[in-house]
Amino acid sequence: MIRNQLLVCAGGACITSGEKSVKDVLVDELKKNGIEDEVQVIETGCMGACDLGPIVVVYPEGTFYQKVTVKNAGLIVNEHLVKGRTVGELLYTEPASEKRARTSGDIPFYTRQVKRVLRNCGAIDPLSIEEYIARDGYFALGKALEMAPDEIIRILLDSGLRGRGGAGFPTGLKWKAAREAAGSPKYVVCNGDEGDPGAFMDRSVLEGDPHSIIEAMAIAGYAIGAEKGYVYVRAEYPLAIERFEYAIGKAREYGFLGRSILGTGFNFDIEIRIGAGAFVCGEETALLRSIEGKRGTPSVKPPFPAQSGLWNKPTLINNVETYANIPQIITNGAEWFRSVGSTKSPGTKVFALAGNVQNTGLVEVPMGTTLRELVFEIGGGIPGGKKFKAAQTGGPSGGVITAEYLDMPIDFDTVKEIGTIMGSGGLIVLDEDSCMVDVAKFYLGFTVDESCGKCTPCREGTRQMYHMMERICDGNGRDGDIERLSKLADVIKDTSLCGLGQSAPNPVLSTIRFYEDEYRAHIYEKKCPSHVCKHLLTYSITPDKCVGCTACARQCPVHAITGEVKKIHVIDQSKCTKCGSCYESCRFGAIRKE
Amino acid sequence: METRMLNVKINGRDYQVPEGTTILKAAREYAKIEVPTLCYLEGISEEGACAICVVEVKGARNLQRACLAKVGEGMEVWTNTSRVREARKLNIELLLANHPKDCFTCEKNQICDLRELAAELGVREVKFPRTRTEWLPFDDTSLSLVRDPNKCVLCRRCVNVCAKVQSVYAIDIAGRGSNSTVSTFLDEGLGNVECVNCGQCLLVCPTGAITERSEIPDVWKALGNPDKIVVVETAPAVRVAIGEEFGMPDGTQATGKMAAALRSLGFDKVFDTDFSADLTIMEEGFELIGRIKNGGTLPLITSCSPGWIKFAETFFPKVLDHVSSCKSPQQMFGTVTKTYWAEKMGIDPRKIVVVSIMPCTAKKFEKERPEMKTAFHHLQEKLGLKDEEAFNDVDYVLTTREAAQMIREAGIEFASLPDEDFDKPLGESTGAAVIFGATGGVMEAALRTAYEVITKKSLAKLDFEDVRGLEGIKSADVDIDGMTLKVAVANGLGNARVLMDQVQKGESPYHFIEIMCCPGGCLGGGGQPISHNPDIKKRRAEAIYREDAGKPIRKSHENPEVQEIYKDFLGEPNSEKAHHLLHTDYCDRSCK
Repeated sequence: MIRNQLLVCAGGACITSGEKSVKDVLVDELKKNGIEDEVQVIETGCMGACDLGPIVVVYPEGTFYQKVTVKNAGLIVNEHLVKGRTVGELLYTEPASEKRARTSGDIPFYTRQVKRVLRNCGAIDPLSIEEYIARDGYFALGKALEMAPDEIIRILLDSGLRGRGGAGFPTGLKWKAAREAAGSPKYVVCNGDEGDPGAFMDRSVLEGDPHSIIEAMAIAGYAIGAEKGYVYVRAEYPLAIERFEYAIGKAREYGFLGRSILGTGFNFDIEIRIGAGAFVCGEETALLRSIEGKRGTPSVKPPFPAQSGLWNKPTLINNVETYANIPQIITNGAEWFRSVGSTKSPGTKVFALAGNVQNTGLVEVPMGTTLRELVFEIGGGIPGGKKFKAAQTGGPSGGVITAEYLDMPIDFDTVKEIGTIMGSGGLIVLDEDSCMVDVAKFYLGFTVDESCGKCTPCREGTRQMYHMMERICDGNGRDGDIERLSKLADVIKDTSLCGLGQSAPNPVLSTIRFYEDEYRAHIYEKKCPSHVCKHLLTYSITPDKCVGCTACARQCPVHAITGEVKKIHVIDQSKCTKCGSCYESCRFGAIRKE
Repeated sequence: METRMLNVKINGRDYQVPEGTTILKAAREYAKIEVPTLCYLEGISEEGACAICVVEVKGARNLQRACLAKVGEGMEVWTNTSRVREARKLNIELLLANHPKDCFTCEKNQICDLRELAAELGVREVKFPRTRTEWLPFDDTSLSLVRDPNKCVLCRRCVNVCAKVQSVYAIDIAGRGSNSTVSTFLDEGLGNVECVNCGQCLLVCPTGAITERSEIPDVWKALGNPDKIVVVETAPAVRVAIGEEFGMPDGTQATGKMAAALRSLGFDKVFDTDFSADLTIMEEGFELIGRIKNGGTLPLITSCSPGWIKFAETFFPKVLDHVSSCKSPQQMFGTVTKTYWAEKMGIDPRKIVVVSIMPCTAKKFEKERPEMKTAFHHLQEKLGLKDEEAFNDVDYVLTTREAAQMIREAGIEFASLPDEDFDKPLGESTGAAVIFGATGGVMEAALRTAYEVITKKSLAKLDFEDVRGLEGIKSADVDIDGMTLKVAVANGLGNARVLMDQVQKGESPYHFIEIMCCPGGCLGGGGQPISHNPDIKKRRAEAIYREDAGKPIRKSHENPEVQEIYKDFLGEPNSEKAHHLLHTDYCDRSCK
């Protein structure tokens, strides 16, 4: 008889912070106490609050233990389970109120979220198909197979679901086009080549709730008339691949994949295809080439994959997060789906919250949630009392949302209006210390590396833009650089072959739009207002504050600081490499950085 | 089904084009508006990589690639707005930023598409610096071709021609982004992979990134050496193309001027590969007759084209038994010159330098094949030569382009030269030899001889129209005195592959197959002048068949000099001596 369950988060972040050893301690301690038959230990998918890991939740009460280590994991067994005493030191303390939270329901990070896509992540054992079924899993497939395919597509159209991969194209229209396209066989493809830096919602779903994707793809197969599906997962996600492979096997065993699913005569099966580390393979035409075993380079659209995709056959391709919505829409209906979110972008969106914010991790919120809610209420604000500067969304294809738009509801269309994109949901919070020129340069560098090299504007143009950005950050900016960057950016956007190139200049254009003054400071004054760009910094010693302790001189790796004991020190600017070690070492605030 | 016509407005004027027409085609063919392209080759390279052909389409967010975007009903296209012009110009500038600025010394100087585009689009400055940090090494592993990756603009024309036309797949893109290059398997270089040296990549390269391995300096050196007797032979397809290099109209028969020019360059004897083409017909024709009569391996497949031979050795080693053991005319010529002619003239063969002028880059590879030292082996004992004194049958191979370059360097006014004849005896040839230069020509020449030899009757009509023309695969049933000879002709290795798949499976219905590696046959070879005329192959073929029609003798077996070489030297066709000197064998190059 099981009296308690210990849910141990086995998401990527928790695994890297020691989840496996914590679990082993829990199992050992249970055995030592002879209660291993009464308490079940379950490894789940990602619970979302990545900076709190490893996380252990004790059910039925739902006690939420965070930052569990091998040293204190035993307490959960010996104190909580054996003696019935909550382990106070492992509870989460809300920084503002200093209150201890007993369950996830007491933690603002969780209370503001609406879990739909992530509803099973962190709640069930992803390796257990029974647990998925227990949470109404495969109900939608059964229901769909009793419906006419057009009826399924009608529900999707009514739901207003838009592609979560970034562009926000209406999913129902894609399904309709694939259904109506002439040609056979047809294919269903799931894009799990999540590549935006910092985004990991697709990985979480594949690792934490793989059956939801299998179910959705089977529904898609039935709706468009396909018998074969491919899941394209990047090679950097070995755990996702392992769990998904296992889930496919289980689904076949239970008759949710294979011949005559649920006895209806409908056949469908799924294969995994593993990427080889190219960001551009997230672009759908490149992804399809990669599945075919060819070099992953994009091709011009039209024809769209729905008309001519895998092996030139009609192909439906959706992103992981999009698929994760499907079973629930079929089960609960279009109206239910529209009950949250904004009119034009209904439903929820998962964001990967990162950067200069208290709580990092995966959060799922209704579309239309404001940046303020995301950053300050869910994210707990900016650490160190720093000021919020901007949030970068859409990764290397996106741009920034600035403080003046903190109260703008975020959805596909609103972000576009201010020059960024929703993208796959990466949201990186930048505080006042961030240099926007440097941030733009970082993202541009990413696309320069990840351009497939096929078309001139993307291959050569982004490289030239990067070169200019480097010049600007190195203090070699020239009059007219902003105009040159903008002009080049326009042509790259206008003539690149695929979405990667067409959006590559966005981080630069967006930061020029909102922070032109920072660009100007770099170019004309040779200053980096945020003191980030190393070549534009000057370190000097304020004579009034220097006590002559020699700490800085001893730290300086290039012996650029001279001065005797108890006498004012001086930095030789010609020798200084701007490494900042003097600044770090001075206990009197005498080193000035400007 | 009737094609629907669509209404399209281009630069404000209305046109009707069939459904499925690209904007590029609509502009060029219907509106007579030039839209510049760089990476595009109709039907072969349709990648949309260069972003030069962009046009504005009303309602479209971005500029559209005219080469790929299809016309839609009611579409409004603008090919000449400032947005379009600026974008094209800027993309050319981006390409030029990393392109070497050595146009003065570049082989493609006068025929560079990139340079022409820059001029046409009015690029007067390159605002961008070079961003590549290092110069990439040349690929000089091949005996035929040299690749300079620094000049490559990654248009992929070479990749596509190699894959889609030739089905060789020797080159593809390696690396990513601005580090991507056209490369071979594991960067081994063209000389170490399945490349068949056909040079079709070179013909389509818009810049000087692919050129032939030049032998011009060697030939100048030989010509300047008074101790050497330098003999030149010219392939059939050269005479109908070399005039293009000197501004003469496409399809000019320049045989006489070519002979005059070569003589002016200082060659001691100006001979003709056509002589050995006739010889090839004798050997191959008799081989065919023998195989048919004696139940030998059929179909017999021709062996004149060294690109095809390497292709067969690499991809179809099982069909090598089907391939004629005859050497190519070039190699027969070299052997005969250094044996028969040397003997006849009383010249030490070591003093003879054989230079062949070929429409072909693969010939440069062929002459270096280790088995192509027959004259040396034939004479080694007689002259008491040591192994290290071995010499090739053919010493140097120049492409048509290289020959033209030498003529230019010598200041010879090609177009105003008087017509001259070839020297005798190895300059005598027939119409049957001339047509070797066009796809189907070897077949037709062989049929002319085989028919008359087998039937002992005179052919009423010499022209076998069924095997002429530029289609990829042609076939015909030829009646030879009640026996039906089934023949097929393929040009371009992609087409050869189709026929070879049949042969390999034992399903080929043919008795005799002619394969030419290059599209159109030798007249479309990788050594020919680079032309932008889409009908160039047709023009050259017409010239070849005119040349044939004008020849007094049009059947190889009637060539008096060929008859004489058999009488005085070789004995019978396919005799032991002929086998020793004029036949060869092949090696299996497949990955096992």
